[in-house]
This record gives sequence, C-alpha cells and structure tokens, in this order.
Amino acid sequence: MSFYGLVDGSDSSLRKYLGALSGVDQVGADARAAMLATRSIKTSSKRWAIDTAISMVDLTTLEGADTPGKVQALCTKAVRPDPTNSSVPSVGAVCVYNDMVAVARKHLDLVGGAHVGLAAVSTAFPSGRASMPVKIQDTQDALDAGASEIDMVIDRGAFLSGNYIDVFNEIVQIRELCGTKAHLKVIFETGELTTYDNVRKASFLAMAAGADFIKTSTGKIAPAATPPVVLVMLEAVRDFYQMTQTRIGVKPAGGIRNTKDAIKQLVLVNETAGPEWLTPSLFRIGASALLNDLLMQRMKMDDGYYASPAYVTID
Amino acid sequence: MSNRIDVKKTYKLFINGAFPRTESGRTYEIKNAKGTFIANPCLASRKDLKDAVVAARAAQSGWNKASAYNKGQILYRIAEMLEGRRAQFVDEIITVTGVTKVKAEKEVTDSVDRLVWYAGWSDKLSSLSGALNPVAGPYYNFTVPESMGVIAAIAPESPSLLGLIDAIAPIIVGGNTVIVLASTKAPLSAMSFAEVIATSDVPAGVINILTGKKDEIAPWMASHMDIDGFDISGLAAKSHGAVRIAGAENLKRIYSFKSADPGRILAFLENKTVWHPIGL
Amino acid sequence: METQVSFEYAPAPESRSVVSIKPKYGHFIGGKFVAGSKHFPTINPATEEVLSQIALAGKADVDAAVKAARKAYTTTWSKMSGKERGKYLFRIARIMQERAREFAVLETLDNGKPIRESRDVDVPLAAAHFFYHAGWADKLEFAGLGTSTKPHGVAGQIIPWNFPLLMLAWKVAPALAAGNTVVLKPAESTSLTALLFAEVCQQAELPAGVVNIVTGDGSTGALIVNHPGIDKIAFTGSTEVGKIIARAVAPTQKSVTLELGGKAANIIFEDAAIDEAIEGIVNGIFFNQGHVCCAGSRLILQESVADEVLEKLKKRMAQIRVGDPMDKNTDLGAINSKEQLLKIRELSATGDSEGAERWSAPCDLPKKGFWFPPTIFTGVTQSHRIAREEIFGPVLSVLTFRTPQEAIDKANNTPFGLSAGIWSEKGSRILWASQQLRAGVIWANTFNKFDPTSPFGGYKESGWGREGGRHGLSAYLKGVGHE
Repeated sequence: MSFYGLVDGSDSSLRKYLGALSGVDQVGADARAAMLATRSIKTSSKRWAIDTAISMVDLTTLEGADTPGKVQALCTKAVRPDPTNSSVPSVGAVCVYNDMVAVARKHLDLVGGAHVGLAAVSTAFPSGRASMPVKIQDTQDALDAGASEIDMVIDRGAFLSGNYIDVFNEIVQIRELCGTKAHLKVIFETGELTTYDNVRKASFLAMAAGADFIKTSTGKIAPAATPPVVLVMLEAVRDFYQMTQTRIGVKPAGGIRNTKDAIKQLVLVNETAGPEWLTPSLFRIGASALLNDLLMQRMKMDDGYYASPAYVTID
Repeated sequence: MSNRIDVKKTYKLFINGAFPRTESGRTYEIKNAKGTFIANPCLASRKDLKDAVVAARAAQSGWNKASAYNKGQILYRIAEMLEGRRAQFVDEIITVTGVTKVKAEKEVTDSVDRLVWYAGWSDKLSSLSGALNPVAGPYYNFTVPESMGVIAAIAPESPSLLGLIDAIAPIIVGGNTVIVLASTKAPLSAMSFAEVIATSDVPAGVINILTGKKDEIAPWMASHMDIDGFDISGLAAKSHGAVRIAGAENLKRIYSFKSADPGRILAFLENKTVWHPIGL
Repeated sequence: METQVSFEYAPAPESRSVVSIKPKYGHFIGGKFVAGSKHFPTINPATEEVLSQIALAGKADVDAAVKAARKAYTTTWSKMSGKERGKYLFRIARIMQERAREFAVLETLDNGKPIRESRDVDVPLAAAHFFYHAGWADKLEFAGLGTSTKPHGVAGQIIPWNFPLLMLAWKVAPALAAGNTVVLKPAESTSLTALLFAEVCQQAELPAGVVNIVTGDGSTGALIVNHPGIDKIAFTGSTEVGKIIARAVAPTQKSVTLELGGKAANIIFEDAAIDEAIEGIVNGIFFNQGHVCCAGSRLILQESVADEVLEKLKKRMAQIRVGDPMDKNTDLGAINSKEQLLKIRELSATGDSEGAERWSAPCDLPKKGFWFPPTIFTGVTQSHRIAREEIFGPVLSVLTFRTPQEAIDKANNTPFGLSAGIWSEKGSRILWASQQLRAGVIWANTFNKFDPTSPFGGYKESGWGREGGRHGLSAYLKGVGHE
C-alpha cells in the first residue's frame, strides 16, 4: 500500500509523520466550538438540515440484549423512518453487532433497503482487547454476512503507550480485508484518548492507514462526540484533503440526542471542513434516539405545532 | 611634611564605566562655604547626555537579565566599597558643605545603610508588586514588575551623597539603567562615588553620572526620546511643569519623591500581565 | 439528498424593542438629567439612521458637573464607609446584569459592533468590573498599596467609542471603589449606553453627584482636562490626544492615567497549534472591527509556516460574516464612524502605494452605513506605515521572521507597548518571549482576553498606569508609589 506517500509503513516514518503534526490548544478549540454553537440557521435551511441529518444517521443498536426482532424493526425504520410520510429520506446506515449482520442484511433487502448502508462494529468492539487473528476473523464474519461498512475500534492501549505502528498495522490489515467490499470507519474512542492532541494524531494515523471515515466513539464511553472533538477531527480531514486531495469522512457517535445537537454538528462541518462534507458519504452521525427527535422537529416544521412522541415509532 | 604639594583630583564625568571629560570642554568652579576654590567639575553638555543615554541603553538589557540575586549582591558590593572609603567621603562632604564631622559621618553612614536597604529589595519586588490574577476562565494569568528601561534622575542639592544614592539605587535595583545629574553645588561626593561604582562589579553603562547645571540639563533629559522615565526629585518645583510638558513627547514617566520607600522603586517599573490557557 | 441546498444562516436579529431611545438627551448632573443647550446627532453606523440628539456640554455644564461631584465628594461619598460604598457598586453590577440585554442592544445600535460581542463580552465584563471593584471598597487598607488609602477627590474621565460601556466600567468602578466621585464624558459618537448607565445609578439610588455624565466632543473633554476643580484625569483614547492631555496637566497637581494606542505584534512560531493560532489571529484583529487599542494588528509569522498560515487564514477570513450588527450570526459589524472609515481607507491605501499586497475577504458589504472588509496586507516590512501606525480597523499587516530574536526585535520596534501575542507549544519559548516583549499585556496562545482582576495597560507611548486588578485600583488612590 502506498499510504498516500505519507509514510512507508515503517515505525520511523510513522513517527516522523505524526511528529510533524501541530498541537491543539484545548482552550482555543473549546472556544471555537462554543462560538460556532451560537450560529442560528435559516428556517428554509433548517428543513434541509433536518433531512440531511436524517440521511446521515447511522441508526444504531449495540446492546447485549439485541435480538433479531429488534434489528429487523431497526432496519424497517432505517429505510422508512416515518411510515406515514414517504418524503422522509432513509437514514445513512444501520449499525449493529456483527452477529446481527446477516439478520440485518436479509431484512434490509426484504424491505427495499439495499441503498441503506449496513455497518458492523468489528475488531472486538467496543474494547478492542483481542488478538489480531480474532479481530480479523471478527471482521471477516461481518463481511461474509453482508456488511457494507466496517466500524473498527483502534487499540487504545497501544495508542496511549506510544505503539502507533501497532495501531497503524491493525488498521492496514482490516483495510486490506475490507478491500472494495466495505467502507472502513475507524473508531478512536476519544473519551479514552483524553486529549485533543491525541485525537488529531489518531486522525492522521488512521487516514494514512486507509480509513474511509474517522469516528469518535463507541457510544460506550463518555464523553463521546463533543463539539470540540468533532471540530478537531474535521480540521484533520480538511488538512488531509489539502495534503492528499482525498476527502475522508467523519462520524461523531454518542451524545448527539436531539435536532439542536445535530444542527450544531452540521454547522461545525460547514465552517470547518466545508460544505463539500455536508453529505452522507462524508459525514455520518451515530445515534439511536436522535432520529425520533429529527422526525418530531420535521413534523413541527410541516404542521406548525409541536409533535408528540406518540406519533413517532419507538423502533 | 607640611611643604608637600598635594595631588589634586580632576573631577570628570562617569559615562559607560569610564571617566571622560565633558566633550564641551566646559567646567565650573566649586568653592566651599568660605569661598575657597575646591575644584573645576565638568559642565556636562547635551552631547555628554546623549553619550550617557547610548551607554545606558546598551547596558540595560544585560543588566535587566542579571538575576535579582546578582543585582542585590552588586548593590551590596557598592555599599561595601563605600564603607571602605568612608573617610574620603566624610572629608569631601566637610570640605564642600562645611558641615560638622558628626553630620558628615552620619550622611555617609546613612548612605551605606540606604544602599544595603535597596540591595535587599531586588529579589522581593515581584512579591511586593506582582500578582496571580484569578480571571474568570481557564487561563493562568500573572502580573510581574519589569524594568522600564533608561531612567534619568536629578539628584537633590543636598544631602549630596545620600540624595545621589536615592537617585540611583531605587532606579537600578529593578533592572533599569540610570543617568543621574549630581548636586551642582556639591558634586565631589558624586564623582568620588563613581570611583566606588567603578570598583563594585557594576557593569559599564548601568550608572552614568553627570555634573552640571540643572536648568540646562533637565530640559534635555526631559525631551530626550530614548529616556523612558525621569526622577525630578532634585529639581525645583517651579521647573516641574516645563519638564513634564517636554517629557510628554514620548510620555516619559516623570515622578518626584520625598522619601525612600518601595514606591520609589516601583514607580520606574512597568507591570506586565501574561495570559496563558490552562488545558490538556 | 445529493442536490445541495445551501446551508445558510438566518438573519437572527436581536429585537430592538427592549430599548427605548429618547429623541433627545441632556446631561446627568447631581443625580438628575438636565437639559443641554446645543445638540448633535448620534447615528447607527450600520444604517446611518439618526438615533437621537446628544447634548454638547459647554463650560457651564462641565462646571455644574464638577461642582456636583465636589459636593458629593465632600458631603457624602468621602464620609461614607467603604462597606456602604461597596454595596452601591454591587447594586450597580446587579442592575447591569438585569438590564444586560438592553445594554447590549443599545451598544450595538450606537456603536455598530456585533450583538454577539456586546452580549457576550462588553456587557458581562462591564458588570464584572463593578462586581470586582465593589469588593475592594472596604478593603483598601489591605490592597498592599501602602498606608495611604485616600482617594484623589473628583476624577475626570474621558472614554473612547470602541467599548463605550466597558470603558465606562473600567473607569467608574475603581474610581468609586476608592472613594472618588466622577465626571465622565463618553465619546461623541457613542453616548447612549453611558446615559443608560445614568439610569442605573438612579435605580441603585447612588447618592446624587457621585457619578456625573456630560456628553460632548473633544471640546468638552478639554474642559474636563483643564478644569481646576478636578484632581485626577483618566483617559482612554489615542496616543496623540494622550500627549495633549499630558501636556495640559503637566503644570498642575492632577494625577493622570492614560490608556492609549498600540500596534501589537502577534507572533506565530512554527510549533504553534496552527488552527487555534488562526482563531487567535482572527480574534486578535477582527474582534470589534479591529477598533481595539490592543488589537494584534501586526502578524509576525515564522517563515517556515508562513504559507500554511496565510492559506488557512484567508480561508478562515472568507468565513467571517460581515453585516448587520444586530444579527446574532454576524462576526464583523460596522465601522464606528465615517471619519474612522476614511482613516482606515487612507492608511490601507498607503499599504498599496508602499508595495504591500492587499487581500480582502470576499463579502457583500451593505449599501448604507460604514463598512470595511476583513483585510490583510502581505509583504509588509517594518518601514511601511501600515506596520507602524495604528489603523484601528479590520486590517492586518503580515511580516515574517526566521529566528526567535528577530521576531522579538520586530515586535519591539515601535514606540507603542500595549500588548503582544505569542503562539507556540513550547513552554520555555513562551516564557522567554513573554519576558522579551516590551508590552504591558502578553497573550500567549490566546488573544484579546480581558478580566477585571487582570491589570491592563501599556509600556512606552501606550500610556501611563494600569486598569484592572490591584494595580489599576492604585491609580485612584493618592500617594501610591509616588507623589
């Protein structure tokens, strides 16, 4: 692999590449994110923003208690989020544990959801604490069962102890496994990386290793997709585009629960990476409860009065 | 040995660690209270002042960089040297002013003690005037006193030695360099004091001493654009207004003091506030 | 969804209805509003709409204000305990917080600054200044400023148009805390929030004459500066006027503090956190339309990162939203006056004629009102006028350096010394640079931050004295530091 010519796959070249990155000042990044949160968008744009946000949702269920029935219901909802209104777009993808991929694949195809992505969380999600053969097998299972997107976790232990090359090599191997069959999203678990410097470093590491998307969190650890973390990742994809002419996607996941939060994320995208990223192929939001709030806000805009949760389906 | 002709001293200026004559060649006559001729000190010119400012400016950054401990030790060293030459200063004060020996000795004693007092301030100024400011945000914010730069001073007519020390020590203890105009009527102890300085590890240019006429030199000092501050304690109050007007051209900090207190040191220090974010 | 609809921000205008502007104002003297004789219009610089008629104080008005201030000082304020004085200041702080929206809207209408800034910076900081100084009023003997804790008496205070209410707070709060009474003159083009503040004084039941506000132009200011009944002058404004004041008070016993111009260097080292540095550059020069004495108006870039920084900076500048100051999304509002706009244009033109390269962010400027786009000049050297003179507008001059010492030498090569910025991720370099820079406020990895506890003020020709913190308080007490 060429790694965009940025590194040659050796530890020393990776260290040199990551060492050249500028730092992130936490207070400054927090202040910029807070300032962007004060933007208010036009009513006409808001409707577009809600539909865009719906189309960007990776509708997620990642519970130990997941069952085929739950996953099937999720798939139905993903394809037609509002059964009473066909103008509501489908979501970007459903996101499930990889033993549920086959169920989801079958059901999506059944309900006319071939256009909806099917993301599987792999590589010993959420902790990433397994041997590499297990992680490879885990991913291969998901691919074999029909996943079109692989959401892998990085080895945070390796990252935090400075074994960047191990993290890099894992991503490279999973990337090779995905080939052209699936998009690869690399999850950092930013809540465990703790610093914005680490988030920036992990972003550049993952992008050079071949990630199609960089993703904040598993949803199992708080804090997750805070606006400044997403800001730092958006700055990274913007800079990476300058370096390689390749646009990498960003997926915040965890903690984005309502329309207001989602629109704040879109403002961050618009002002940081740029409007080119305002598309489901480059920006996704990993969420479960968010979709219903988006639907209720959409109803409110159409009807002129506040909607009741009774009018949106719980799964 | 009453027939011996004694060797008299030529009183010169003290600029950049050297003892030049005034470039103007001008001198004036000093007589004692009884009208007996004593000496022909220099009547410093505008060019002498300029040279002194150049020397003071060149020396300032190095002097400022010296640690507070070091500055304190150097001031203390001046006191040591002065103590060692007490007799000479007592004689000179008596010769010029005609005061009693007891009074002259007291002035020299006070001068030594005053130097020691100022010496001790060097490493306490930032705890006196510095601050850690609890700003409402994730920032570390502190204020520290810093040297102002090149300061001019007019020493009072009397006491000629103690007044000179009050015009020098508080200015230099915080890292400034100084050009001081000595007492016009009694410049002898000032020029002898320059000899003390020259043997006290004080870097060249940190202290520069001129002799001459106040009304001539004060306006030059006030209008010199490379002088940052001006102690006019030794200047008659009626001249303060004009000096302040001239000093406004570069917004010189111009002060007059009545006593020796830490405020006298702080007046010629700037306060610098530094902000830095606190984050991971 | 691939058909892109533009992602537009709404004009989200703050409602004007919270303020009621009278057609005509007088002065606030002795606790009452008194009619003026002559008047001049004050306009909204974003629309050129006349907002009101402001009184022009002449000798009789200034005399009356000084007399009221003296009477209040002698009979009331100097006799009151610090504890009680402090309570009035606390009241004022609280009322300003309660009426914050009103102040913010009025400030934006009269000054042209974005509502986001008046709402999030000017007004809350102004209230914070009163709250902070309120606490000093009964603790003056513990301020560590020596044993003299006597006020000067009557303070004459002249403030600028760039932060009208905030500068009022910087002046009035410490003066009152220290026990002085005040005659304050707001800037000619921005008197409205000061007049609203007069109402706050009334609501706080501040004793009559403790705060007097006279409006007018430079002639009114001169009457205050030269008034024999005033003991202390505090001025914020241009270095040029500062020098005039310094000369005017030279023969008198008046104590003076001056907060004047600047030409701050904002130094970006190659190891800076670049994205935050970009934000710092933008905040440094485009905050408040660059109408900031401490604005980071000289960007001094390490050559190794100059291209990257400039490319990112231009992209970021293109996102600056210029326009209606009442729109909550606006980043850059109107230039405060036609006069100031002409000055910015004139100085910018010298940048062109002296061979610097101008780049302005593409933006549609409103037809009416006074506007100037965010602009940078590259290829600027120390000898350019735009590298030396205060433009006081959204115009940034860019210079480069190769070694840290060169950056410091360039930064210090100015008669000003108000503020400076340093951007580096290396701690020892930041501390080194902050020691080397000859300026009263050093922002390291941040810029344009203010706080009542933090002394602010300049070296060299940027002024005399500090405002804020214990150091600022000392300016309102007699015999601190020197006679």
